[in-house]
Amino acid sequence: MNITRRHLLLLLPAAGVAWKYILAGTPEAAPNYKLSEHWWGMLIDLPKCIGCGNCVRACQAENDVPDGYYRTWVERYHVSDYDIENPQVDSPDGGKSGFTPVKEAGGKNFFVPKLCNHCADSPCTQVCPVGATFVSPDGVVLVDKEYCLGCRYCVQACPYGCRFINPRTNTAEKCTLCYHRITKGLTTACCESCPTGARQLADLKNPADPIHEFLKTHSVHVLKPSMATHAKVFYNEMDGSVR
Amino acid sequence: MNVFKDAGHLFRLAGIFVAGLLLFLVIRHSVIPKSFGQYGHYRGSAISEVAVRPVKFSGHQSCEACHADVLDKKKDGKHAHVNCEACHGPLAMHADDPGSVKPGKLDTAILCARCHEANAAKPKWFPQVASAEHSSGLPCDTCHQPHNPAMGVSGAK
Repeated sequence: MNITRRHLLLLLPAAGVAWKYILAGTPEAAPNYKLSEHWWGMLIDLPKCIGCGNCVRACQAENDVPDGYYRTWVERYHVSDYDIENPQVDSPDGGKSGFTPVKEAGGKNFFVPKLCNHCADSPCTQVCPVGATFVSPDGVVLVDKEYCLGCRYCVQACPYGCRFINPRTNTAEKCTLCYHRITKGLTTACCESCPTGARQLADLKNPADPIHEFLKTHSVHVLKPSMATHAKVFYNEMDGSVR
Repeated sequence: MNVFKDAGHLFRLAGIFVAGLLLFLVIRHSVIPKSFGQYGHYRGSAISEVAVRPVKFSGHQSCEACHADVLDKKKDGKHAHVNCEACHGPLAMHADDPGSVKPGKLDTAILCARCHEANAAKPKWFPQVASAEHSSGLPCDTCHQPHNPAMGVSGAK
């Protein structure tokens, strides 16, 4: 059979459709984990935080976070008397090596752990020009390293400062809520290593999760509610000076 | 019909456009990954790629499987709810292969101070000491038994 130009034109689209399936690999299915059955968040019980830095160290160990960069960090607040609009905040090395003891500093002093708020309407995913970051169907904001260009748009967009560019890969990086752990039924590394239970992983779609009772009975805040990001990291008894 | 006398090259031009469009569709088909758009405007398989990372902290349940004796020591003490890996560090490798990977010995003079060194920002309910005054630098396990730290419990030195 002679293949004329016309035949070739007819064959090309068919070949294109076939090529797609040749190129694509089969995504690995996570056994017994259904994306649609979870909606992840976290509870930070501030009166329990002792600023030990265990969470920061655990996060670095678990996720291979480069030195000087933090997927989670701990801030120390100092509010003198009534001046709650101007708190003094420090976080030496993200709180990884603890905080230098201040004897009686006067005023109000407390620790605030920070991490990605896994916003349901996250500004960082909205600005990505290539679809490299997204809110997964189970409510975790993730980065696709293969697709990320390293344009830093998302780093600027995050109102909580939770993203950075990994100097080794030059792609955007952030807290994954230990996605490789929670999909296997484990808790996050920071929650696992928190000695006082100040951090608790919460599955908002699981009616048996104690988070529901906690949210009903406690004074709980999210960071920057005015940004309408629908953050899912809940802070119990948060002081008004926390930014 | 003089107007369409030379219509032939218009058709040829249209043919080129159609061919170009087809080529575009074919290339688009081949370069967009199969899972793109599965859940939204991103690669669906990126989710499982994030999920395959190996675990470093094995989790409290895997400690419980072998170390029932330590749990027994801890259960009535103030450290009952402190997970093993909070102090002993990430030990998934030890849990996978207890024979060859052994946890290191901990220095209580450093370890205990991380939590219990006095600091004005720590909550008032939390037990704190200024270690220089409290023990003059001696390791805490000179007096306290870390799994059940209160003084006077059995096992305290």
